[in-house]
Amino acid sequence: MEAYALTMNERVDVLIIGAGASGAAVAWSLAETKMRILCLEQGDWQKSSAFPSTGRDWEARLSEDFSISPNRRGLAADYPVNDADSPIKIANFNGVGGGTVLYAGHYPRLHPSDFKVRSLDGIADDWPIDYNTLEPFYGLNDRIMGISSLEGDPAYPFKEAVMPPIPLGRTGQTLGKAMNKLGWHWWPSDAAILTQEYEGRAPCINLGQCGSGCAQGAKGSTDVTYWPEAIRARIELRTRCRVSRIETNDDGMATGAYYFDADGREVFQPAEIVIIACNGIGTPRLLLNSTSARFPTGLANSSGLVGKNLMLHPYAQIRGHFDEPMDAHRGPPICTWSHEFYETDTARGFLRGYCYQFSRGMGPVRTAMNGMIDGLIPWGEGHHDAFHRMFGHSAGMVSVCEDLPEEINTVTLDADLKDGNGIPAPKITYRIGENTQKMLDHSVARGIEILEAAGARDITTRSPLAYAGWHLMGTARMGTDPKRSVVNEWGRSHDVKNLFIVDGSVFVTSGGVNPTSTIQAVALYVADQIKSRLYDLFD
Amino acid sequence: MTFLIETAMTFSAVPDEDEFDDAGGTLLAVLGHMIPASAEFGLPGADDPAVYREILRSTGRDRPFLAEALGMIDAMAGGSLGSLPHDRQTALLANFRVAEPELTAILEAVTTRCYYRDDRVMTAIGIEVRAPFPIGYEVEEGDWSLLDPVRSRGRIWR
Repeated sequence: MEAYALTMNERVDVLIIGAGASGAAVAWSLAETKMRILCLEQGDWQKSSAFPSTGRDWEARLSEDFSISPNRRGLAADYPVNDADSPIKIANFNGVGGGTVLYAGHYPRLHPSDFKVRSLDGIADDWPIDYNTLEPFYGLNDRIMGISSLEGDPAYPFKEAVMPPIPLGRTGQTLGKAMNKLGWHWWPSDAAILTQEYEGRAPCINLGQCGSGCAQGAKGSTDVTYWPEAIRARIELRTRCRVSRIETNDDGMATGAYYFDADGREVFQPAEIVIIACNGIGTPRLLLNSTSARFPTGLANSSGLVGKNLMLHPYAQIRGHFDEPMDAHRGPPICTWSHEFYETDTARGFLRGYCYQFSRGMGPVRTAMNGMIDGLIPWGEGHHDAFHRMFGHSAGMVSVCEDLPEEINTVTLDADLKDGNGIPAPKITYRIGENTQKMLDHSVARGIEILEAAGARDITTRSPLAYAGWHLMGTARMGTDPKRSVVNEWGRSHDVKNLFIVDGSVFVTSGGVNPTSTIQAVALYVADQIKSRLYDLFD
Repeated sequence: MTFLIETAMTFSAVPDEDEFDDAGGTLLAVLGHMIPASAEFGLPGADDPAVYREILRSTGRDRPFLAEALGMIDAMAGGSLGSLPHDRQTALLANFRVAEPELTAILEAVTTRCYYRDDRVMTAIGIEVRAPFPIGYEVEEGDWSLLDPVRSRGRIWR
């Protein structure tokens, strides 16, 4: 029997775990300190030549290696997620760039009110920071990621545009006219999609496949934005390295992390500072897997809140069909948004609110599949006629509903399920709250009104959208009270003074918009705090 | 669509590259019922030999669910769908679709993923026979003055 040999690496100053949206941003920001910084990523770099849009079978490949479900993909980089006890299934991507490789590039910020929900609406908790704290980091992040937008959106404080917005297209115009008819807010989306040459990257050519990797490189995923610059600044990014647990010493300080390398060898990586950037499922999973005599319920978990308050943003989908042609599968799928129902109006029967993402059409495969599932395209003789009336004629929206933090919605460790390295997998226990359900119902009813005002026929709805658990938040929340939060107001663990968390798990509340912009702004903010406190960081 | 993901929530290995075994011809029969050829639209059926061949080699992660669906159809037919007269096949498949919507979605997924990338089909439905990249597509910019009423309404954030 071969003797077990643990490999130990040289110590680094900063160890970052995860190379996705937040890990990339924090690495880039800390590079100027000239500290020795290493990032461990369980996945690998993506080859743009392998993205689905490079092949005739692009729609088929969306449900294989580029599926948004880790359980469906089941690749070596993935870990399984037991989400049987949740009506919303988990979506993610594991590799350099993380979820930004497969996200749509829809890039809203939180609203100022999102940071003060307790003060304004008497629910949940206020964040310990506010919009003004993050505003400079939102702006910096917009410039690094390359955000296209139109200045002057009345739903937000002024935001400087980095470049012009993505095209409205027929979809944006048709639905925009309907919103004008109803007197409701709409605006072109802020998008992490280049509309012009920018920092050596080419502009969007309307491939329409943002959600499965951008072969053009026009979409701002961190493998083409932050990481090239961070690596030029001598940050080391080590791929196919899956961290299993964080080690601590008798002083309660993190000493580094154990990981499995590409050959399955277990390695210990010593570090002075550990930064976790694994998002709302991966981060609590790692903390809960890092138990010890000193931390028997998981690392940084004296509050008992690691893995609790999971927020997912339930979606509803409302789509219709038009007599005139729409954009079909061409162009960035999401073109405009509405924040008409974002701020609290108690007359609606719920607190807080939601936004709409207005979306273009689908390719022929999804048109046929959805049409048959919805009963709009039959089997047999009528198939072709019905398909011709639908293909290229659809448009619609999803609502992104604010999910409130509830301790019953959790990430725990599954008793049986393990990943390829034998590390316990996460288990999701989640149900949609009453307030959120009312919001979903409201959004479906208003969405139908919008499509009817636009002249749509054959309107279909799905609520909640099961396959939409992209936004993973709240499971290691930020706060000033160690009994009610996991990290402090600048991202440092209350319990372990050289351990930081910079991803969506620190969100106190979820807002009703996609979180990536805020996740990255928080990561840049925490990095800035680390830099400014470097000489008394552990006090 | 939702179901396709929900059924795949078990952690599954990446499938091998072998062709799907449709020795009994049940899948071929189902394809003909689902998407028949159309002279009016100038379209082949999903049971066209080239489309069928593509489907057999492209079942991917849905292979076990496809086998389950076809096995159930054959069981409902008392042995083999192909042994029944055409009108009885139609009736049986109608019953199957009502009873097994989730497995029906698998049949539809594996069929449409290949059918709608066939050269003849892409041409007939009016899309170019090519991958999206590297040429891309044109999308009209749109009329930005449509936003004037939104601007004039003023701030809505708190």
